[in-house]
Order: sequence, then C-alpha cells, then structure tokens
Amino acid sequence: MKSSVIIFPGSNCDRDMDVALKKFGFENQMVWHNDAEIPKSDLIVLPGGFSYGDYLRCGSIAGKSRIIKSVIDFANSGGLVLGICNGFQILTETGLLPGILQQNKYLNFICKNVFVKIKNKENKYFKKIKKEVLELHIAHNEGNYFCSEDELKSIEDNDQIAVTYCDHKGNDDEKNNPNGALKNIAGIFNKDKNILGMMPHPERMIDPFLSGEDGSLFFENLIESL
Amino acid sequence: MVDVNEKIAIEHGLKSDEYKEICDLLKRTPNITELGIFSAMWNEHCSYKSSRRHLKKLYTKGEQVIQGPGENAGVVDIEDDDAIVFKIESHNHPSFIEPYQGAATGVGGIMRDVFTMGARPIANLNSIHFGSPDNEKTRNLLRGVVKGIGGYGNCIGVPTIAGQTCFDESYNGNILVNAMTLGLVNKNKIFYSKAAGINKPVIYVGSKTGRDGIHGASMASAIFDDKIEEKKPTVQVGDPFTEKLLLEACLELMAGKSIISIQDMGAAGLTSSSIEMASKGDLGIEIDLTKVPCREENMTPYEIMLSESQERMLIVLEEGKENEAKKIFDKWNLDFAVIGKTTNSKNIELFFKNKKVAEIPIDFLAENAPMYDRKWIKTKLPKENKFSKDRFKSLKLSDCLKKVLIDPNIADKEWIWDQYDHTVMGDTIQKPGGNAGVVRVHGTNKAVAASVDSSATYCYAHPLTGGKQVVCESWRNMISVGAKPIAITNCLNFGNPEKEKNMGEFVECVEGIAEASKYLNYPVVSGNVSFYNETKDKGIKPTPSIGGIGLLSNYKKMMTMELKDEGNYLFVIGKTEGHLDQSIFARNILTEFNGPPPEVNLFNEKQNGNSILNLKNKNLIETCHDVSLGGILTAISKMGIKSGKGVKLFPLEGLVNKFEYFFGEDQGRYIIEIKPENLENVENMLKKESIHFDKLGLVEGDKITYENDLKLSIDDIKEGYKKWLKEYMVN
Repeated sequence: MKSSVIIFPGSNCDRDMDVALKKFGFENQMVWHNDAEIPKSDLIVLPGGFSYGDYLRCGSIAGKSRIIKSVIDFANSGGLVLGICNGFQILTETGLLPGILQQNKYLNFICKNVFVKIKNKENKYFKKIKKEVLELHIAHNEGNYFCSEDELKSIEDNDQIAVTYCDHKGNDDEKNNPNGALKNIAGIFNKDKNILGMMPHPERMIDPFLSGEDGSLFFENLIESL
Repeated sequence: MVDVNEKIAIEHGLKSDEYKEICDLLKRTPNITELGIFSAMWNEHCSYKSSRRHLKKLYTKGEQVIQGPGENAGVVDIEDDDAIVFKIESHNHPSFIEPYQGAATGVGGIMRDVFTMGARPIANLNSIHFGSPDNEKTRNLLRGVVKGIGGYGNCIGVPTIAGQTCFDESYNGNILVNAMTLGLVNKNKIFYSKAAGINKPVIYVGSKTGRDGIHGASMASAIFDDKIEEKKPTVQVGDPFTEKLLLEACLELMAGKSIISIQDMGAAGLTSSSIEMASKGDLGIEIDLTKVPCREENMTPYEIMLSESQERMLIVLEEGKENEAKKIFDKWNLDFAVIGKTTNSKNIELFFKNKKVAEIPIDFLAENAPMYDRKWIKTKLPKENKFSKDRFKSLKLSDCLKKVLIDPNIADKEWIWDQYDHTVMGDTIQKPGGNAGVVRVHGTNKAVAASVDSSATYCYAHPLTGGKQVVCESWRNMISVGAKPIAITNCLNFGNPEKEKNMGEFVECVEGIAEASKYLNYPVVSGNVSFYNETKDKGIKPTPSIGGIGLLSNYKKMMTMELKDEGNYLFVIGKTEGHLDQSIFARNILTEFNGPPPEVNLFNEKQNGNSILNLKNKNLIETCHDVSLGGILTAISKMGIKSGKGVKLFPLEGLVNKFEYFFGEDQGRYIIEIKPENLENVENMLKKESIHFDKLGLVEGDKITYENDLKLSIDDIKEGYKKWLKEYMVN
C-alpha cells in the first residue's frame, strides 16, 4: 500500500507519521507543499504542526497551497485522505470537511492522553478495530470543533461523526470534553467516509514505551482495510 | 551623527574608566556605531567580565566531552557515532518585562545555539522561578511565561520533556526563565563558529533585521528600577515558524560541505556573531551593512549592528558555494544575502552606502574586553538549629504531610506541562513529572535522560554546599531513571556582582559546582551567567540551575517512579540523619528559616548512585525515586499518587524522631522498590558494598499508613497535590 504525507512549511508531525505508516507496512513518501502533483497513492495524510505558522487562522493558508488542489481532486475521486490535528484544520479550511476548529475552551494548549469513542465503524478507518474506546493523545491549541445547527444535523443524519472525547468507559459527556468541542467531536468524516479529520494523534501511540499503543490498532486496521 | 562623549558612553552601560580605556585603545574617540559595538561586547552578558576568572575553576573535561564551554553549546559523546549538543541559557530580564515574548525568544535562542552546531533539537527543558504566589504579579508572569515557552516549542515541534518551577519572594522583582535544549548530531558532523580562510563569503540568512531588541544584551546587564516597563521595546519578538524553516534549511545546508563556520545571531546580534567568528579564527571581517536585509526603513548602521531581531544566522561559506546555498534558503522562503567577507586585517570593518562607518581591531572587542577581579565575601556555615521535642508535640504526621504536599514548591505542576507538547517526535518515553525526562535516540536502543535543578534556598544559606548539592541532585535524577550521568550545563543566576555578598555567593556556588562535578566526573560543558537580577537594591537568592543529561544504553531498562506491585518492599538507600534546617518542613511547618543546608557527602553520593545502577543492571529493582525536597514522606506520596498504590511504612528503628526521619532532607538518598524474591540478593549486595539502607515499608493497598500516626488515602492526598496550582491559576 502506498501513502503520501504532505509537508507544509511548519508541519512538525510529518516525520512521526512517516515512522508510523512505515512501521505498519505502508510504502510512504513525503511530498513537498510546493509540488503540483502527488505520486500515486492509496492514502494521503495531512500531518500535524503549524502550517505556514498558522498565524492567520489554523490551516487557512495550507488550504490554499499549491499541492492542495491535487489533494482535493484525489479526495473527490474517492481516495482516502486523513488529516491529523493541523491536517484536520486544513481539511475544514478546504471545505472537504464541514465545520471549523476554534481555540480550546480554556484558551490553553492541551497536551495529554484522552479517550475517544468510535462512533462509526462502517468505513475503512475503523472497520476492523475491535475496541469501542481508544486511548489516544492530543496536543493542540485549536481543537474546539464547531459548526452550524444545519451542518450538525447533516453530519448526524449522515453518520459523519467519527470519534468523540469520552472517559475510559466511553461516556462522551461534557465532563469528558477537554476543549469545548461541539458534541465532544474529536473527528469527523465527509459524507462518503473516505476523508477523516481528527484532532488526536494515533502516530504518537504506536509502541508500549510511548503514551500508549492504541494508535497501533488504528494503523493496523488501516493497512488491512485498504 | 551623534558626537560620542563620556555621558553617552555611560548611557550605554559602560563605566567611565571603561570609556577611557576604549579611547586609549583606539587612540581616538569612537563614533556612535563603534561605541554601540563596544558597549555590546563589553557588557557583562557578552564579556563575562565579572565571572570569567571564576568560571575557569569549573571541571570541563572527561573522556565523554567532545566540546566544552566556549562554543555555541557543549557536545558529549553518547557512543556509536552519536553525540548530544546541549546548553541552558537565561532569558530573565526580558521575561519580566514581557513574559510571553521574553520566554518564547529564550526558547528560540537556545534552540538556535544547538542547531547551529549541526544538531537536530530533540528535547527542550526549562527552569522557571517566580516571586511569592501572593505577589500580585506572579500569576500573570507565570501564565505569560508558560504560554511563551509553549507557544515557541510547540510550534517548532520539539518536545518539552521536563522542567522545574519554583516560587520564592526573592524573585518578586526578577523572575528567572532558563531554557535548555538537547540536540542530536553525528559526532563527525559537528559545526563550529570558528571562521577559517580569507576572502570567504559571509552570509546572512533567516529573518529580516528590525529595530527590536536593540541593546537587549545591555538590558540583561543592568539592574531594574521603577521605569523598567519603558524597556518593553527592547524585548525581542519571536517567530517560531521562521525558526522552524531556518532549522530545516540549516540542517539541509549542513548535509553538504559548503559551510566553514556558522553562528546564530543571539545577544548583541550581528555584532557579537561576526566578531566571535572572526576572533576565533584569528581573522578580520568586512561587512557591507547596506546588504543586510532590513524589515524597517532607514535603519542606521548602529541599529543594524545592535538589533536583536530573532531567527537569524551568520555563515561563512566556501567560495563558490553561494548559489547552492541560496537555493536551499529560497526553497524555505528565507532571506539570503552575501553581506561581506573574511579578511586578514584582524579588524572588523563596516561599510554603509559606500562609506566606511566603523573599524575596530577585533582583539579590542574580544580578548581585550575588561576582566574584573571583583571583591567578594565568604558565607559562613550557619549554626544548626536544635529543635526541642516541644516543637513537634502538637504536630500530626498526616496534617504535616498534607500541608507539605500543597506547598507551592512541591505541588503538582501539571497545569504547566499540559501546555507543552511533550510527545511530538514520537520518542518521549518519560514525560514531565518523573525523575527526569527521557527521549529515545531515534531509531536506536539508546535513550537520553535530562533534567533541570536548582536549590536556591540551600545556596542562599550556604553557597558552597548549595553549589555541590544541586549538582548531586541532578546526578541523582539521572541515576533514578537508570541512566549513566554524562555531563551538565549550568545557568548561573545571581544578583549584583558589584556587591561583595552577591559576588561571594557566585564564587562559592561555582566552587561547589566545580568540586561536585569533578568528583562525580559529571563535567560542565556549557552554560551562561546572568548577573544583575536585582530590583531596587533587592537581589534574588543565588540560583545556579543545573541541566544534566544521562545515557541509557538500552531504553527498555529505563526506571520510573510509579510503584509497581502489591507486597513489594521499599528501601531507602543512603543514611537518614533527619536534617530539617532549610527543609520545606522547617520553613512551612516550623516557620524556621535559618540554619545550614543538608551536608553533601560526595563519597556517599557516588557510592549510592553507582550501587543503584548496579542493582538495576542486575534487574533487582522495580522502581526508583530520589529523595529531595520534602524528604521521604513526600517522595513516597508522589510515588503513590503516580501509581494509585499505597504504602505501609514500618516502625522506625533508631533515634531520629519521626518528623525528622520522614521530612528531613539529607542528601544522597533514593527510594527503591524490590520484589520479595530479590530481597535477600539486594540486601547482600548493599551490605557487601557498605551502602547504608533502611527497610522503609511495603507497597500495600491504597493508603499511606504509619502505625497509628498516619492513615491517608492516596486519593485524598492526590486531590490537594494536584489541585493547588490549577486553583491558583484560575483565582
């Protein structure tokens, strides 16, 4: 399976993603933001970081970058596009995913382990994961998901919520919401479920000496499903 | 142009005899640009004029040392072809005036020092000191500093893996922000700042030059008064995004062979970077200031030379490599300009709009910079307090423990490190809140441990002991994660060196550091000195911060402080005499602030540490935690809180009373956890090596208990310990 990780100036989880993808069997290549084309891929990943410094609005400039046209074309033709953290922010900026990511409710950057509940397994990203709740890691300042009521209705009607923040038992209530995200949303799909944006970083949870191993489950499923 | 005279020189922070010296050396009056250059190079921050003669006493050798003090950062060997480049640096004065930018640019500056040498930064740490929590400024300063450190480090994508936060009223008017970075480099591909060869192109890369930070280094060499707020414009503004680009671009250029020498523009900007490169290479340098990329219009030579705009580098390239290098910086959208060349004149010559605007022999600025032998006085060892039995009569162990755990200097600092990305790069295997931060050496079985420590209370009571103690504490942090201690970097934060008492504190702390690091073969390879941490005649307590690093040759053998299994034994390694003077207990519970710090016995320190590593190598210990502030009971509580497991303490034997035993801060001690089946083996080994140990208790249940005197559930103590800082910050 071939994957491509896009590097924007200011990306900083690109290497971590590369390491994770390769560890689970992907043939990964790194693609520079200023390139016009993406090599043939089964999966495109927009990694975490601070693309173009994120001084304007997170992901906004990356959403207009040269490479992004190819990403949009790839996504619209049904290709798998995964955006983690800043990658999620970029996907909302391009309009591939609905809604926006605002600054965290308590205005602080948050770096810690969280639990997320898988809300939809009928897609390639979560299909064969046996667990219902994963322990993942977040590290962001703007992860507070928000969208209009109409958008939310459409998201819910189309089962587009991918994962929600919860406790270890899967209670995704306000008590277990680290950043103020609407409906505890930690990640969403597009209608066709080929595009996934999520704030937690599975690539930081891929061996027992790191924060945990549930990220491995995510990548194992991904390569199997493709 | 302004005519220079003594008054103007004094406004630049020079003393009148220093100004006379400048005129004598030049055999004329300097122009304003030249005066600016002298003032930048001769201030305390750049010239180390009060400290140099004492810094020579530091132990800087050892077979692991590749590069000691004097370069952008120190370099140590970590086996195979790997080396660690690391350094700690202060950004105290700017952080008090503008906490966010001050702290952020402190982090940016230290990272540049490290990647200038060819290393990719792999971990950041910091040591931050604030005034009393009751001081009206403390909360905002803390918030701003933490946001600044996070804002910069998080954006660059280097994990902040450990740190230290202290509160003491002596920092009310002068906070301390010390930032440390570790980088990984191939030991055959290290870059240095020494220029070589004449007519080599001098290249400017990075951000454009603006008017920010002009005279930053002079500010860092001055004491504060009421008008300090007016200095806000001299604080630099950080741009971590540009630094990230600069980092990647420099590392890309360094992969080739075109760089002769490279130096970041830190304190005193273009002035100190160009002079240092030329001075080390025994060369001259010629710069055309018209070619320097400027952000603002009509900048004068004076402003260009003294700007401390961030994210800039100066490179001496091999001839003919300009285009190759420019391509890389173009790719990363960074400015690239050939601004001058190396010469054999041994002078710095500056041109602006086709006119020569300054010419100074480099020796005058570097080697001939003033060096003072300032007067200093010794601090006598204070008399020990004899606490009578009555002092303890009404005290209860449980109340004391609860109170100690919410002491601002003990309470949990999660509120801080949750705001730092500590897991990016995917190699952090011990996060903040443990004995030390640990990151793997990417793609190998090795890992590097790092921590920062300071003990201002001890250093204030007796600087010589305090200096030794803080090195030992750093050493213990390394041992207790199972790492072999390798080397240290020090950030020496002191008051006004022109005062004999403060100068004495400096001298004796340095002597203490030197003695301990030599004995432990834990050399000092880099660091900086920050004097004049004084506001309106009130100086800070002497605060040397020691950043230590250690090596784990197999990261899978790393130790943590979490208690592991019910029924395991806990031992205290090292002798507990019950030293309460200067302890948290004495200050917080007995309100006794005098007395000597705990004695440091270097022989025991080394023996105890090595025996822990021996036990670990034989897989005989499960958990290790060093005993420091707050003594044994505090250490046990933290281990319990981290793991959710309780401890049953055995009845004490011997003459030390329980308060002294459980809260005393004697040095050289560790708590270890041992499986019952290993008990005999461990005891035999310790006895054979004549290591003192006490059987402290058992891992048991979910409470900490001691006979009928103490019964506290872990959940109960956890709440207060975890809550203090969070509540403080929202109130």
